Amino acid sequence: MEEVKPQLIKITFDGIEVEVEPGTTIMQAARKIAEADESQGHLVPPAMCYYKPLPTSGGKCRACLVRVAAGSAKDPRPMPKLVPSCITQVQEGMIVENTTNPAVLDTRKSIVEFLLINHPLDCPVCDQAGECHLQDFSFEHGSAKTRYEEDRRTFDKIDIGPFVQLHMTRCILCYRCVYTADQITNKRVHGVMNRGDASEISTYIEKAIDNDFSGNVIDVCPVGALTDKTYRFKSRVWFSKPVDAHCDCDKCSGKVTLWYRGDEVIRVTARKNMWGEVNEFICNTCRFERKKTSDWTIEGPTKVKRSSVISANKYPKDLIAKPDFALKLAATQFKPIDDDRDYTTDAETVRHQSIENNDKANHRSLLTDNRK
Amino acid sequence: MAIKILTEHINVPGIETFEVYRKQGGYSAVEKVIKTMTPEEVVEEAKKSGIRGRGGAGFPMGMKWGFLAKPEGVPRYLVCNADESEPGTFKDHHLMKCIPHLLIEGMIVSSFALGANKSFIYVRGELMYVIRILEKAIEEAKANGFLGKNILGSGYDLELVVQPGGGAYICGEETALLESLEGKRGNPRNKPPFPAVKGLYQSPTVVNNVESISNMPWVINNGGDAYAAIGIGRSTGTKLISASGHIQKPGVYEIELGVSVDEFLNSDEYCGGVRKGHYLKALVAGGSSVPILPAHLITKTAAGEDRLMSYESLSDGGFATGTMLGSGGFIVFDETACIVRNTWNFSRFYHHESCGQCSPCREGTGWMEKVLHRIEHGHGSMHDIDLLVDVAKKIEGNTICPLGDAAAWPVASAIRHFRDEFEWHITNPHEASQPGAVFMGAVLA
Repeated sequence: MEEVKPQLIKITFDGIEVEVEPGTTIMQAARKIAEADESQGHLVPPAMCYYKPLPTSGGKCRACLVRVAAGSAKDPRPMPKLVPSCITQVQEGMIVENTTNPAVLDTRKSIVEFLLINHPLDCPVCDQAGECHLQDFSFEHGSAKTRYEEDRRTFDKIDIGPFVQLHMTRCILCYRCVYTADQITNKRVHGVMNRGDASEISTYIEKAIDNDFSGNVIDVCPVGALTDKTYRFKSRVWFSKPVDAHCDCDKCSGKVTLWYRGDEVIRVTARKNMWGEVNEFICNTCRFERKKTSDWTIEGPTKVKRSSVISANKYPKDLIAKPDFALKLAATQFKPIDDDRDYTTDAETVRHQSIENNDKANHRSLLTDNRK
Repeated sequence: MAIKILTEHINVPGIETFEVYRKQGGYSAVEKVIKTMTPEEVVEEAKKSGIRGRGGAGFPMGMKWGFLAKPEGVPRYLVCNADESEPGTFKDHHLMKCIPHLLIEGMIVSSFALGANKSFIYVRGELMYVIRILEKAIEEAKANGFLGKNILGSGYDLELVVQPGGGAYICGEETALLESLEGKRGNPRNKPPFPAVKGLYQSPTVVNNVESISNMPWVINNGGDAYAAIGIGRSTGTKLISASGHIQKPGVYEIELGVSVDEFLNSDEYCGGVRKGHYLKALVAGGSSVPILPAHLITKTAAGEDRLMSYESLSDGGFATGTMLGSGGFIVFDETACIVRNTWNFSRFYHHESCGQCSPCREGTGWMEKVLHRIEHGHGSMHDIDLLVDVAKKIEGNTICPLGDAAAWPVASAIRHFRDEFEWHITNPHEASQPGAVFMGAVLA
C-alpha cells in the first residue's frame, strides 16, 4: 500500500515561502529555510531555552518572539501579541515577520538586556566562552552598553555529583537541564527552587546527581552554569580541536566528539548539530572516563562553521590561499555595534573619561553602603 | 434599595450552616437543575445572563463554558479559582467566609452544566480557616444529599475537593493553578492549548472565579434574562467591590454594575466619601494590577461623561485616560499618599510574586522594583523615569502569562499621570526620602 503523505502547509517567513508538514513550529520552518540555503541562517530566530531533542521545552526565554502578520489563509487577521516561534505551530497561509519587523528586533534587544542584567559577564574566565549561546545571542542582537546599575544576583558554586559543577550565578533559567533530568534519566533529582529572580536550579539539600546520563545537563546548558569538572579551566575551546569518534558502549550510542589539545583528549561531548543541539545523548562513562585515544575509533575532524571561534587558527592554509577570505567574512558576519556613546581616540580625553567613570562608580558604591 | 444577588442573606445569623441557608431558599437551584433541566439548558442560561468572569479579565462565562471540549471517555473538570491574592481585592474571602453554601451550590450547578463529576476549589493557603468553613459546608451538603453519589436520586455524582494553595499569587493564573493542583511547581503553561481543551491532568477543564460561580444559583432561580436585565450594556448583573484606602467606610459592597463612580465613592450607602478633611488624589479601580487614575479622570472620563462602575466605562479612553474594572479592588488615595512609594510597593509585590519562568518578567520586575526603590529613597536620576517606562513597555505583552502585564501597568500608568511627582523625588532627594514626605505640587497647581 502506498503511504499517504500529509498535505504540506505553505507559510511565508520573512518573505520566503516554505512548505512544511502540519504540526511544524515556526522555528522549525525557519530552520528548514536555513538548512536548504545556508546564506539565510540569520533569519532563524534565536533559541535560548528551546531544545528540539527535549519535547515540551521552549516558550520561556522569549528570545524567539516573532510577529504573525496573518494567522492563516482562512483567518488572515494578525495575532495581537508577538508569539514564541519555538512552540507556535504553523497554519496554512501564515505570514511571519522576524528580521523584517523592527518591533520584533527591538523586543529581542530588550530580551538580551533582561537576560544579561543578572549574568556576570565573566566570559574571560568562563569555560563556555566560545561555544556559549548567550554570547552569540548578545553579540548578534544586544546592545554594547547596559542600563542596569544595581548589584547582580550571585550564588555560591555547588558540586552536584562527582562530575558536574553548578555555577548558578551564570544561569539564565532556561529549564533545559530540568527537562533533561526529567526526560532522559529515570530518577529526577534536580529542579527549580524559589521563584522570580531568586529562582535557582538545585537539588534537594544539595543531593548529588548520580545516574548514568547526568552529564548531559552540561551539553544542554546554553551558558556556563553547568560545567564538566574534569575539564574545568583546562583549556579554551578555541585552542582545542574537535574530532568525531565512536566506541562500543552498552549504555549509549557511543557517538561522541573528542576535544584534543595536542595529543591529549581533554574533553568528551555529545555530537551537536548546526543549531547547537545534541544529536544523541551520551552516558557518563563515555563522557568522563574514556579519555584515552585508544578507547575510541576516530572518524575524522568535526565540521565546524567558519564563523565559529572554534575554527580559529585551524585552517591556516585556507587563509593563506585565499587572502580575501577574512575580508569576506568581515563583510558578511560583522554587524555595526549598537552603542550611541561618543567615541574619542584622543588619549587625554580617554584618560579623563575613565577617571570620571571611576569616580562615578566609587560614588555609587558609597551611596549603596550608606543605604545599608 | 439596590438589588443584591450575592449578599442578600449574608447578614442572616447562622447563614453559614446548612439549615439556615436552606430556610432562606438555598439549594433550590440545585433541585431545579437536577430535576428539570439538562446540562445544555444550564449552559444556555449562563450564556443568556451575559455574566462576565469576575476574576479580573471579564471574559463571558457562558462563552467559556461553550468552549469546553467534550471528547468521549475523558473526564471533565470544573475548578473554582479562590486563590484571591491581589493587593486590594478581598471579595471572595468575604463571600466564602460568610456564606460558604452559596459557593457550594454554585459549584454543584456549574459542575452539572459542564458534566464534571469531580470539582475542585483551590483556596489560597493563607485562608486556612476559610478552608475549614468550606469543608464543613461540604460535609453538611453531603449529609443532606446535595453532594456525593446519586445527588437527589438523579444518578448524577459529584465530588467536591477543597485544595489549599501554597500562598503564591501566580497560582491565581489559571494554568499555574492547574499545575499547582496537579502537585507541581505553579508555573503558568504556554497557551495554546487552553484549559478548555487540555487543562487539569490534560483533560478539558473550566476555571472560574468564586464570585462568577456564586452568581449561578440566582441565574438558575430567576433565569438568565432576569440577570441580564440588571446592570448596564454588556456589564450585566452585580459585582462585589472591595473598597479600601482613605475612605470613610472601607469594606465589601455589592453594586449593580452601572452605578456611577461618584455615587459609589461618595454616597453613604457605599464608601461614604474620602476621609474627613482630606480630598481625593488618585484611585485604583480594580486591584493593584490595573492602571492608577488621577482625581480628574475618576468621576468623569476624558470626554467629560460620567464614569460608571462597569467594564466598558472604566476602560473608556484606553490606558491613556482609562483603567479597568479588574477584580474590583477599589483602592482610594487621598493627598497624603505618595504615589512613588505606592508604585514601589506594588512593584515590590510583583517582583516577589513573579514565578521566574520567562525572562522579561523574572528580570524586569526586579529591575523596576530596584529603580523605584532608588527613586523613592532619593538616589534616582532623571533618566530613570524613562528607563522605567521603557522596561515596563518591554515586559508588557511579551510574557507567558498576564503577570508581566500586571506588573508593568501600575508603573507605566503612575508615570503617565504623576510624572511631576517622580521628578520631584529626583530633584528633591533629601526632602522626598523623609518618612511621610508627600509631593504637594498638584495641590498648588
